[in-house]
Amino acid sequence: MADRILEVKDLRTRFHIAEGTVYAVNGISFHLEDGETIAIVGESGCGKSVTMLSILRLLPIPPAEITSGQALYLGRDLFRLSEREMEQIRGKEIAMVFQDPMTSLNPVLTIGRQIGETLRVHLGLDKEAIHQRAIGLLDQVGIPDPAHRLNDYPHQFSGGQRQRAMIAMALACLPSILIADEPTTALDVTIQAQIVELIQRLKEQLSMAVIWITHDLGVVAEMAERVLVMYAGFIVEEARVDELYEDPRHPYTMALLAALPRIDRRRDKHLRSIPGAPPNLLVAPKGCPFAPRCELAFDRCWDEMPPLFQLGPDRRAACWVDVTTGKPF
Amino acid sequence: MVDTTAPHPTSGIAGLRPDELETPPLSLGQLTWRRFRQHKMAIFGSITLLLIILYAFGGMLVFSEAESNAVETGARLQAPTRQHPFGTDTIGRDILARTIYGGQISILIGLTAMLVELIIGVTVGAVAGYFGGKLDSLLMRFTEAVLVIPQIFLLLVMAKYFAQSIPNVRFLGRTFSGSVLVIIFVIGLTTWPYLARIVRAQFLSVKENDYILAARAVGTPTWEIIVRHILPNSIAPIIVSATLSVAAAITLEAYISFLGLGVRPPTATWGNMLEGAYNYVESAWWLWFFPGLLIALTVLSINFLGDGLRDAIDPHSRAV
Repeated sequence: MADRILEVKDLRTRFHIAEGTVYAVNGISFHLEDGETIAIVGESGCGKSVTMLSILRLLPIPPAEITSGQALYLGRDLFRLSEREMEQIRGKEIAMVFQDPMTSLNPVLTIGRQIGETLRVHLGLDKEAIHQRAIGLLDQVGIPDPAHRLNDYPHQFSGGQRQRAMIAMALACLPSILIADEPTTALDVTIQAQIVELIQRLKEQLSMAVIWITHDLGVVAEMAERVLVMYAGFIVEEARVDELYEDPRHPYTMALLAALPRIDRRRDKHLRSIPGAPPNLLVAPKGCPFAPRCELAFDRCWDEMPPLFQLGPDRRAACWVDVTTGKPF
Repeated sequence: MVDTTAPHPTSGIAGLRPDELETPPLSLGQLTWRRFRQHKMAIFGSITLLLIILYAFGGMLVFSEAESNAVETGARLQAPTRQHPFGTDTIGRDILARTIYGGQISILIGLTAMLVELIIGVTVGAVAGYFGGKLDSLLMRFTEAVLVIPQIFLLLVMAKYFAQSIPNVRFLGRTFSGSVLVIIFVIGLTTWPYLARIVRAQFLSVKENDYILAARAVGTPTWEIIVRHILPNSIAPIIVSATLSVAAAITLEAYISFLGLGVRPPTATWGNMLEGAYNYVESAWWLWFFPGLLIALTVLSINFLGDGLRDAIDPHSRAV
């Protein structure tokens, strides 16, 4: 389809480490439409960030290896571009905001220089133009007194301000896709809300598509139109956001939702946690990775990984069991 | 009724305007200077070094180079007198003038050898540390190969081998014998492996930081990542090591020249002034005392300066 700005097909990423091979991403496919916001949710270590870093080709190779797949950005396969062509995509077409603003800014360079870097690298502007643009960007992300603060070093910024500066850096060249890799995780709750709101506002202004990686289902409901649920390097469910909350089709999604505190639930009941831990990715996947923790699992789940069944438009789930009845299809 | 017309305070904290409340933060340079000046030995070293440089380069105005090389056979081996405050050497040259011109050469050799070392060491270390893998293995094996050859042996062989092959050069209004260039390169070419290892170790740790990933994510080209992002974060140990290697180069030059394989006379260096003094250790102490003292003072001062710099710019590695 023409309006698919990004299409990932059968992406597989592995890491070859001393202990063996880590199967981090195991054949995932998804697409992103122009101007759309999708969320990728899942526990820590389920392959969300690795997927994004694979697409941007930011993983160190070796130990990482992308064993198969395509990432089509406007029809061009990112995996076939030269490193130089890739440098021109990063930051200009596809930008990324990272999880921890405390460590993602270079401590020896001023904020102005780091924001200016994106502009200098991609647009080749002169010093004065870069300075003016950088002031405008800092102002846009809500840093007061931007002209003065450009000369500050990262340690003079608070956590929330740093994340704003990171966003300014990412948005400097008006990218068409913004990848936000848990941008609020390291911030306290009031600041989280501000950052979510900021990205939402900028997305509207700049008409970007956003891929929001998070494990916070509350943020997802606020931001995303479509949600991908990842588990152990697989996409296990895809749904429009309202469908996901009202009618989850994968036991893992159900378990995630049951673990979410809700204001309309009785307070004397404990939140439900998911028993067990995510699987060891050092073992080549066989069967459904969620089976050991799944209440509905039966024989077949242990032997054969279910494919992503198409359940409707934008609606896919990888489960042998019809979760509405609790019985196999 | 509440009195709302209380006079606005004009003194104390409340009387300050908003912009007066904020103390401007110290810049990185100011912070470094504040730590450096607490290091008394480093201050002593800097002042001594400054005086020595002033002596070697200011002395040009008092004595001409011709005077420092002027042979006066009638005045051989004279003890310090009013006319020759530091005495004269075995062929009657004035030792004071020779320590001045020799000092210039020794200091210049120290600085330029450090530059050569810096260029090779930083390049090799940065490339090995950043790219890793096979390139790293290759470069590090080469570095180790250079390291396992005893340095003095390598220095002597190279000095002897290249000694006559380089023509004289003019610089700073003086003519330097080609042997000076040979010594500079020989020292530079044998000392860089230590620096390369330091730089590689720094690069290995700095490149793992999130901000390097973030810089790559905005499309910063590789060489800019190396030069603009990793190098400034690795600069402290490099500066310290470079400073100390100036002292090491001066010592090495003295060593080679003392063995007669260094800078050729008549060009004086502190090192080759010692060469002739060997046979007169007891009978003519002034032959070795003045150049020896200057070498010792210079090396000591640079080492103190290096210590102070390390404490000032690299607080993490502060020696306890």
